[in-house]
Amino acid sequence: MNWDAVFTSLKLASVTSLILLVLGLPLASWLAFSRWRWKFLFESVVALPLVLPPTVLGFYVLTAMGPRSPLGHWYAQLVGSPLPFTFEGLVVASVLYSLPFAVQPMAGSFAGVDRNLVEVSWTLGVSRLATFFRLILPSARNGVVTAFVLTFAHTLGEFGVVLMVGGNIEGVTRTVSIDIYDQVQQLNYETASRTSLALLIFSFMVLTLVYWLNRNSGLWPSPRRRV
Amino acid sequence: MSHSGTLEVSITRSFAGGFSLDVSFEIEAHPGTVLVVFGPSGSGKTTLLRCLGGLESIDRGLIRFGDAAWCDTEKDLLVRPQERNIGYVPQDYGLFPRLSVRRNIEYGIPRSGRRKGRAWVNQLISVLGLQELQEYLPRDISGGQRQRVALARALARKPGLLLLDEPLSALDAPTRASLRLELRRTLKELAVPAVLVTHDWEDTLTLGDHMILLSGGRILQSGAPLDILTRPENLVVASVVGVETITPGRRVRRERGIAELDVAGRTLWAADVDFSDDDVYVCIRAENVTLEVGSGTRSSARNHLPGAIASIAAAGPLVRVAVDVGFRIQALVSRQALEDLGLDLGSAVVVGIKATAIHLVPR
Repeated sequence: MNWDAVFTSLKLASVTSLILLVLGLPLASWLAFSRWRWKFLFESVVALPLVLPPTVLGFYVLTAMGPRSPLGHWYAQLVGSPLPFTFEGLVVASVLYSLPFAVQPMAGSFAGVDRNLVEVSWTLGVSRLATFFRLILPSARNGVVTAFVLTFAHTLGEFGVVLMVGGNIEGVTRTVSIDIYDQVQQLNYETASRTSLALLIFSFMVLTLVYWLNRNSGLWPSPRRRV
Repeated sequence: MSHSGTLEVSITRSFAGGFSLDVSFEIEAHPGTVLVVFGPSGSGKTTLLRCLGGLESIDRGLIRFGDAAWCDTEKDLLVRPQERNIGYVPQDYGLFPRLSVRRNIEYGIPRSGRRKGRAWVNQLISVLGLQELQEYLPRDISGGQRQRVALARALARKPGLLLLDEPLSALDAPTRASLRLELRRTLKELAVPAVLVTHDWEDTLTLGDHMILLSGGRILQSGAPLDILTRPENLVVASVVGVETITPGRRVRRERGIAELDVAGRTLWAADVDFSDDDVYVCIRAENVTLEVGSGTRSSARNHLPGAIASIAAAGPLVRVAVDVGFRIQALVSRQALEDLGLDLGSAVVVGIKATAIHLVPR
């Protein structure tokens, strides 16, 4: 197994999950509680990476990061080097690509918190922000853990976006999934199969954890759920 | 704890479904007084309570309590629920399921004030009899206990006004009767003014000092509960209220499940109810009252009171007859029965009531 690629993947998945945890909390709570009439537009944007081919997303991210775009130009001026084909560029792309996997479970579990309890908390003098941290977040913690775990696993399995934005630089942007592709290209089926098996087992464990956490509420609507 | 002030409300709110709330009233909320907002379901009473709590926005109008303006659309003023200094108990109590009874009660007390507030919380816990339950989770205690925890939590911050949404409706009938008296005692003892929403006239009678009758988002009548319940202004009010004869009486003897009552000098027998207070309201639904002419009829009814017909009013295919027997009893009989018996204003009749049709409510 290519341990450099494993390390890169784990680093990318950890950083992406942490960033999405921080970005996802306010975004998900806004989506869950806002009554703005155009909210559905934002919901669509957040969900877009679910249906978009990774190459399309990768293409736009790459273009936006490139030195000819204002954004890419500004970043290069600020940091001294351009974003594409760096680990940082990969993180930006992964954050966008995994956004729905972080936001949707969180928003769902926030919206599931009994509205009555939230209102009681307000009448007891507890501010909206404090109510979020003292009541909503603890009640929705399974959703938050689910979001974190799904983001982590999804980032680990990324291929198209990583290839478009990160290239395939050993030790910097070569992730496990790309390494498997490389091994197959070089007809190293044995290495590819070992790495693939490791990813398969890991993904299965992650999903088992997610479904176990959500065993009472159900991740998807199901008929056995009782009110 | 002592609070008082005038509660001034004049608000309108329309909803997409066509329902609109349009109420305006002003009452003195002294320590321990309870304003009952009475109405059938869909009358807008919960919406009114939520407007008072700042949980529902209003289209136009103002709400004032004491010195504080909570809401005034003309001045674009809307005070958040956090700053209204209220205690709110929603219909299903809204206890935080992950927190123990004690932590539920302490939830609204800022961390810095916990030490100072401890004596007060302990007092609330003992007044409401929750000492043994402090470490329990809400799911492990009974409905009546949950109601008391919700009440303690609402009182923990020493609110200026309590808002109670159907505090007794989630309980079974026997529990409801005993908790109703307990709630009255607690509210008087802690001397907080309260607004209580209910569709139960027994709640109204036992708990209310002042009453607002709400139907279809409008106030039909307001005043003392006994006045409205016994002397509804019109038929609409009467039909909303639902019970026709309510009159104060005294229980003078209790024997084998039957209570002997003294009502305005007349003796009545009623099925006994288990509460200690002997001052009662005697409540009789008009459809349970029969009219008899002459004596000698044998009947299973325990009560036969001679009197004279004081008024006759049409109520659809039926007629509502008020008979003066020393106090007034309402009877609902068919027009045909009235004609067959040859009864008219002033006629002498005997009113028959089964002991089980007389309902006693503590006064």
